[in-house]
Amino acid sequence: MNKVFLILKHEFWQTLKNRSFLILTLSLPLLAILGVGIYQGVQHWYHPGAPQEVKLGYIDHTGMFGNFTSEPGVQFVLYTDEETAKDALLAKDIKEYFVIPVDYLSSGVITRYTTSREVAPSTKTTGQITDFLLSNLLAGEVSPQVLDRVKTPVLLASVRLNETGAIAPNQDVVSSYVVPIVFAMLFIIAIIFSSARLFQSVTEEKENRVIEILLSSVSSGQLLVGKVLGLGAAGLVQAAVWFITFAIFAQGAPGIIPALSALSVPASLIGWGILYFILGYLLLAALAAGVGSIGATAREGQGWTTIFTLPAVAPIWFNYFLINSPEGAVSRALTFFPLTSPVATMMRLANHAISAWEIALSLVILAGSIVLTMWVAAKVFRVFLLMYGKRPAFREIVRNIREA
Amino acid sequence: MKRAELVERVSRDGKANEAMNVVEVSGISKSFKGIKVVDSVSFSIGQSEIFGMVGPNGAGKTTTIRMLMDIIKPDSGVIKILGEPINEEVKDRIGYLPEERGLYKKLTVSQSLSYLASLKNMKKRLARERAEELLKRVNMLPHKDKKTEELSHGMGQLIQFVATILHDPELVVFDEPFAALDPVNTQLLKELILELRSQGKSVILSTHMMNQVEELSDRILMINKGQAVLYGSLTEIKSRYRNNSVFLECDRLPDGLPGVVGSKAHGKYTEIFLDGRVSPQEILSALINKGVKVDRFEVSTPSLNEIFIQVVKEG
Repeated sequence: MNKVFLILKHEFWQTLKNRSFLILTLSLPLLAILGVGIYQGVQHWYHPGAPQEVKLGYIDHTGMFGNFTSEPGVQFVLYTDEETAKDALLAKDIKEYFVIPVDYLSSGVITRYTTSREVAPSTKTTGQITDFLLSNLLAGEVSPQVLDRVKTPVLLASVRLNETGAIAPNQDVVSSYVVPIVFAMLFIIAIIFSSARLFQSVTEEKENRVIEILLSSVSSGQLLVGKVLGLGAAGLVQAAVWFITFAIFAQGAPGIIPALSALSVPASLIGWGILYFILGYLLLAALAAGVGSIGATAREGQGWTTIFTLPAVAPIWFNYFLINSPEGAVSRALTFFPLTSPVATMMRLANHAISAWEIALSLVILAGSIVLTMWVAAKVFRVFLLMYGKRPAFREIVRNIREA
Repeated sequence: MKRAELVERVSRDGKANEAMNVVEVSGISKSFKGIKVVDSVSFSIGQSEIFGMVGPNGAGKTTTIRMLMDIIKPDSGVIKILGEPINEEVKDRIGYLPEERGLYKKLTVSQSLSYLASLKNMKKRLARERAEELLKRVNMLPHKDKKTEELSHGMGQLIQFVATILHDPELVVFDEPFAALDPVNTQLLKELILELRSQGKSVILSTHMMNQVEELSDRILMINKGQAVLYGSLTEIKSRYRNNSVFLECDRLPDGLPGVVGSKAHGKYTEIFLDGRVSPQEILSALINKGVKVDRFEVSTPSLNEIFIQVVKEG
């Protein structure tokens, strides 16, 4: 074990000192800071001061709309003829104007004139005009309270119940979507880069011809485990930096970006996240190292990395099943299949749609596959680390593993 | 037996203790793809001995060494190193310079050496001190902070040599150590190998260049097509394979020498063939008795190359 630790330490520090690793690790926090800066700059530039009251002109051919000419944030200016209104529009006294025709009550048609190019009238403008029309139409007919309800009939509040009729925990829908997706993204990025680094590290020692010198001091198993753990620890540091960035960002988000304010992540979910992250990483790293020892060059690794990462991403494509029928066959298969299980389980955990035995079983399968993969990878390592040149055919690989 | 006792015993006897061999190999075999690459090879190596492993390319030398190093497992047979089956603790007492060798390109000489020494469980400070000492010995000390990719091929070879013996191993294995070395560094390496022997280390020297082995080895194992074809002390093997002839340079060749069955003129000197019952000593005394003035009298010994060719022909 002592030598495993020495290899771990060596790989860990060598990775941390690597320039491209440092750049990659620090790029996310820098991008986040940059993003917030740009967002705030744009906000500032877009709204230089307090929002000014907008003026909308109108021509009323019915004579019914003269009582209420002000709604929140907007002032309605009555014009007697269209020419004056058009002049006012071109002089930018008003933002736009509209004409209420004589047959408005029977037709409901109102023509609007504006100088701005738009796909459809903004909901804000439509709402303001609607409120203006309602205020005048219903004046004296209903109480002000009823008028308010006519203008805004509903403010919807939803409560999700579980099968027993009790209020389901975690009413926070945003985090149940955001957390697994953030997890999956961190996980996938970390795996792509870590397995690429593992590949590189293995093929480099192979290409450098250091490998046989190493193997006279340590066993192939020790080398494999040391490398996977060392580079894994470096990958964890990287993911941690990114996660902390995300957490700080989300914490500060209500003040910075209002859209993220609904986010709250329960601590237990973070705990599960770390556990599944580590296990998923170990499995994919062992696979990458095993294949890396077979491959002749680091470049071949890129293709293989894709093959491993595809199943890891797959649960995101199947999120319909995982969220809507979490106990269905597809969801269970994704939860138990070791390559998809980290992301799938995280999605179900975030939605509180997984039972304890499923978590336990997925963990057991994942741990078992790690041990098995490591064992096979160590054998593959032993045989192929010393073979240079042409990449062997699949049948040859199987026979060589048997002979090892 | 403790190492100190062994050293004492060896120095008292003046030669390796037969009972405690550094390497003990019995009947190892290894097949790849159904072809026997090593076929029941046995040998042993004592202390303070340079053991030559010779044979043509592809004879099974490297596979044999890799089995010794526990890099490949033998299909059958037993290997004991320093009295035990190979294990982690034993690995720390072996130095191995493989045929396929290199260094971390991006690390400096010192960094590479200190990492490799740490994998042999060597204390950091001790490793640094010894590295400096050895680098000085091979004239590489000024380059210790250079990245290995900046060094020439030959310099890299010297650094690899230092890495091999840095942890003061009791058994050192060199696989084709002189490959791609210039004559000056070849000479330096030879001196260092002889130095190792004088320090009581056992050295395995594997090469297809038989003349190198001839120069350095005490005992040899000759392998061909995976099988041991010759094994024993170099002097003994040479005397076994000498073709019973004597090179003679003298003023006249007298008739009636005992046991001489023929002669062949080689210009300045003559080769006389003996019948095998008479020793060269007897011929020499007969010559002196007959009053012949002898300028050169040399018992002809074949080179390892010649022996190899002869053995392969006979086999």
